[in-house]
Amino acid sequence: MEVIVFSVIAIGVLGIVSAIILYFVAQKFKVYEDPRIDEVTEILPSANCGGCGYAGCRNFAESCVKAESLDNFNCPVGGNDLMKKISAILGKDAAEREPKIAVVRCSGSPEHRKRTNKYDGAVSCTIASALYSGETDCSYGCHGFGDCVTVCKFDAIYIDEQTKLPVIADEKCTACGACVTACPKAIIELRKKYPKDRKIFVSCVNKDKGGISKKACAVSCTGCTACVKECKFDAIKIENFLAYINFEKCTLCRKCVEVCPTKAINEINFAPRKIKAELGEKQEKITKDDLKVSEKVEIKKSSETDNIQEDKKKETDN
Amino acid sequence: MFKTFKKGGVHPPENKISAEKKIETLQIPAVVTIPISQHLGAPAGVIVKKGDKVKTGQIIAKSSGYISANIHSSVSGTILKIDETLDSTGYKKLAIAITVEGDEWETTIDRSTDLKKEIKYSSDEIIKKIEESGVVGLGGATFPSHVKISIPKGKKADILIINGVECEPYLTSDHRLMLEKADEMLIGIQIIMKALDVKRAVIGIENNKPDAIEHLTKVSKNYQGIEICPLKVKYPQGGEKQLIKAIINREVPSGKLPIDVGTVVHNVGTVFAVYEAVQKNKPLIERVVTITGKSVKNPSNYWVRIGTPISALIEAAGGLPEDTGKIINGGPMMGKTVTSTEVPVTKGTSGILLVPQQESERGEIQNCIRCAKCVFVCPMGLEPYLLMPYAEKQLWDEAEKSKILDCIECGSCSYTCPSFRPLLDYIRLGKSNVGKIIRSRNK
Repeated sequence: MEVIVFSVIAIGVLGIVSAIILYFVAQKFKVYEDPRIDEVTEILPSANCGGCGYAGCRNFAESCVKAESLDNFNCPVGGNDLMKKISAILGKDAAEREPKIAVVRCSGSPEHRKRTNKYDGAVSCTIASALYSGETDCSYGCHGFGDCVTVCKFDAIYIDEQTKLPVIADEKCTACGACVTACPKAIIELRKKYPKDRKIFVSCVNKDKGGISKKACAVSCTGCTACVKECKFDAIKIENFLAYINFEKCTLCRKCVEVCPTKAINEINFAPRKIKAELGEKQEKITKDDLKVSEKVEIKKSSETDNIQEDKKKETDN
Repeated sequence: MFKTFKKGGVHPPENKISAEKKIETLQIPAVVTIPISQHLGAPAGVIVKKGDKVKTGQIIAKSSGYISANIHSSVSGTILKIDETLDSTGYKKLAIAITVEGDEWETTIDRSTDLKKEIKYSSDEIIKKIEESGVVGLGGATFPSHVKISIPKGKKADILIINGVECEPYLTSDHRLMLEKADEMLIGIQIIMKALDVKRAVIGIENNKPDAIEHLTKVSKNYQGIEICPLKVKYPQGGEKQLIKAIINREVPSGKLPIDVGTVVHNVGTVFAVYEAVQKNKPLIERVVTITGKSVKNPSNYWVRIGTPISALIEAAGGLPEDTGKIINGGPMMGKTVTSTEVPVTKGTSGILLVPQQESERGEIQNCIRCAKCVFVCPMGLEPYLLMPYAEKQLWDEAEKSKILDCIECGSCSYTCPSFRPLLDYIRLGKSNVGKIIRSRNK
């Protein structure tokens, strides 16, 4: 009995003495940290994607608190809403930014772009492109090994099984830019986010002369200038046999899509076009093809919902 | 007991099927395509324009920096175009295409076959001549030779090592050269010895080439200060650091060059090119290329003009076998697969290997079973099974600490891995990234 009492007292006294020492030490060496850093960190997405250019969300919050104005800060994930909240906490103004979205500029699916050799090395786009130009004759196009998929922290990219090309899930993409830096072929670009995630872009980065690029891939941009002539807004420029649509000037009129002979200009998330009876055969063909494109998009969406339904069924079965 | 290096190494099947074939001269093709970047360092600057007439041996692109090399026309004819052309990696690089018209040589070049033994040039003159002739290391790394011979101040070489190892399976170009051009080579060695001011040179030859060892031992008695050192067969003995360790038992420290341990290493092909450059005024416009493979009808060795498409070589060897799975530029261990037969032979092409389909496929990648075979065979004493995940997971700091930059890319680890893991592929990725980080840090 005595032994227990003594040990309890001894350990209790030791504990109290150490607690007092620790309290004073903690007071003496206290590091003052702005409480606003915690507040800002709280509202950040904590994905630590690095899209803002800082090493994680906490680092971004610290830098925001330290900085004099928030003009050079932008969290691509939270967007303008989040920046407004941060500016309310810190009492500093934040510049409005246009929301952006990632776009894959290659349509070279196996059906359009013939595989001329087989790669059996490490499954990585960076390694493959350091070794050689790729499995097709187009040395600019997508490898399809999915470096962009691995690097995406938001699960916003997947490789389509049929086209073997990356597809961006518009609702998930935060435009953090991780995929843009990861892609060794510089195919992915951040473009302006239009309402309903509508996109119009030249889905090709091939800088070869028209004949060579057309031979390598049926849907490549040949630099034929048809789109440049059609565009009334001076939004399209051709450099090195490659057209580029300036998203600052583009009005989504879709005229360029119609005239492109190789279907290198893509339109995504648009309503199907109406077929006009009085149009000539040639144009009718184009519109029909376009219909197919928009149908495809719809099919994808419906298949996604199917999957979800199936999953739910499975759950209920279980 | 033959000498060899201590750490690691593998023994791939030798398959030197073209070893008995004398070097023949390949017919000059109708058009040659000469890339302007055939060497390590800055690409050369083009000094001719479309439509110009050029003679064989005329300079067509000038060295554009300290580490760079001149490029000469390997044929006489008219410049067809100067344009982006497919290179061996499938990317488009600037190259000069020349339509061949006859074979008219530059008059300064001595085309006679007589030996010129007397070296009447000073050290500086020799280096200048080598630089002008665009000689680069013909072992495969294509490092400009004049840079290697110009020793930085405060350092001194006491021994010259000549690499006649040819440890890559299949390749026989160096072997044939040693047998057929022994005298020229030995004079070339003496030229480099004079330029470096060293009194002793050792030629390292693996003992799977007994005829070359015997022949050179006999001929080298006429030349002072040159010895032959037979070596045990082991890959990658032709690596600079491994060869130094094997022959003179000195270890080049991590991140240092052979000159830091008082030696310089040159390939036998390079010393022959040095002889021709200095004694005959002949720039580097042709080289020996082995065309080989198990199903090739007529595996052999050819003198090939730089810029000849490899399709011409394949044709000369009896055409492309039907079961070809891969066309490799170089040997099976370090060579790179090419995607087109229109790729030209460059200064660094030591052989073209046609691998049958069944042998060319890589095994299915499986998990690492931690057998440490890769550690056991690494000639640099690295741990490839660790370096690969570092590169995969982008842990560049750890990769740097584990000396990823010391990797000589010999491929022994990938060769030996029972799980067929692409170790070297990832290590190469790691090397390039760590290299970039270090360079940006030093800026």
